[in-house]
Amino acid sequence: MRNRFDEQLFELNKEIIEMGAMCEEAIASAARALTAGDTSLAGSVLSESGEIDRKEREIESRCMKLLLHQQPVAKDLRLISAALKMITDMERIGDQAEDIAEIVTFLCGRTIEGMEIIGEMADEAIGMVTSSVDAFVRKDTALAEKVILQDDVVDAYFVRVKSDIIYMITKDHSDGEFALDLLMIAKYLERIADHATNIAEWVIYSVTGTHEEVEK
Amino acid sequence: MSNVINVKDMCLWYGEHQAIKNVNIEIPEKSITAFIGPSGCGKSTFLKTLNRMNDLIPGVKITGDIRYEGTDIFAKDIDVNNLRKEIGMVFQKPNPFPMSIYDNIAYGPRTHGITKKTELDEIVENSLKRAAIWDEVKDRLKKNALGLSGGQQQRLCIARALAVDPKVLLMDEPTSALDPISTSRIEELVLDLKETYTIVMVTHNMQQAVRVSDYTAFFLLGELVEFGRTEDIFSQPQDKRTEDYITGRFG
Repeated sequence: MRNRFDEQLFELNKEIIEMGAMCEEAIASAARALTAGDTSLAGSVLSESGEIDRKEREIESRCMKLLLHQQPVAKDLRLISAALKMITDMERIGDQAEDIAEIVTFLCGRTIEGMEIIGEMADEAIGMVTSSVDAFVRKDTALAEKVILQDDVVDAYFVRVKSDIIYMITKDHSDGEFALDLLMIAKYLERIADHATNIAEWVIYSVTGTHEEVEK
Repeated sequence: MSNVINVKDMCLWYGEHQAIKNVNIEIPEKSITAFIGPSGCGKSTFLKTLNRMNDLIPGVKITGDIRYEGTDIFAKDIDVNNLRKEIGMVFQKPNPFPMSIYDNIAYGPRTHGITKKTELDEIVENSLKRAAIWDEVKDRLKKNALGLSGGQQQRLCIARALAVDPKVLLMDEPTSALDPISTSRIEELVLDLKETYTIVMVTHNMQQAVRVSDYTAFFLLGELVEFGRTEDIFSQPQDKRTEDYITGRFG
């Protein structure tokens, strides 16, 4: 009865999954470049960052068309409006991966030796991005809830990284710029986790019609 | 906000066929309630029961309780003409009487005993103004109403319903025979009218229900499946049948 609309929603889903995968890839590459001090890998993250922005525009215009043509209601309306919000968070994740990669290029091959905790923090944040996209794909609210809880873990990492950096500076304040770069990276990772949390909240909204934050 | 119409366990049969099954609903005053549902779901039948228009159909049996402002509308001492004065009706197809615009509007008040010309003039003017058609017809009140466009005729019919000073206006797909511009004028008008009247409207146009109504009732196979605030019904319906219908999966 509404095959065409269902097909269009299927396409929208597919594109969001693709954009999610692009973000995961960007942040994973940025994290690998960071731990290995690989500036060329960081460079490739930078050169591909435009793709995520383009994808956002594409999905945005697809959503606008669906709103205009199908005048969706109920679950369809929630899916499309959630999609519009989610892609903004995804785009921000992409931007922050790019910011991390940019710092890596400034570090000129220097690794995060002694600050491996940032690598762990990155793994945690990447895990959240992956899970939030998975939760969307599978309409899995339990997984989305898990992502939301995981945000506290990343926040705790940030506090630990910060105190480690303070220790680092007190030990050797000649390396202040490096310390600040690391702090920026940790902050970007913390923001990435926040955006993954937002995506998870939108997944819950699109399935249940209620928004966690507001309901609490 | 109080409820102007309260319906309890209402059933209706056309002969052997049960067209309405145990409907319970409370219609809030000075608001717009939309009835939606596929053809044959009983929504128009239910609407017409509210001012006893179904009494005219042979073989109709109604059980349950319908109260208008607390009074049982099926009580023996109820004057149906008075009930219909309180609860007016506008139909799908504009149906002006084949007489002048003025006489169309004055018809109802005259049958209720108003004969003084100045009084009738005032009612005619006020009704046409409230139905947002006064400016278009004030210079041709003596002309035949059938010469008006479809959209104007429908607004004239709304003015005619308002002329007897009702509290409730029942509208059975009032815009389904109209073009988009006339439709939006009627929708605007209905939104203005809810300041003063309680409006119950059957519509097949889902977007119209979303645009105009405060409450939506979804009927299916004679049952009232779901009733609630329009915003809730169209963003997070509670019943899967409602979801399937409004998202176009059947109907």
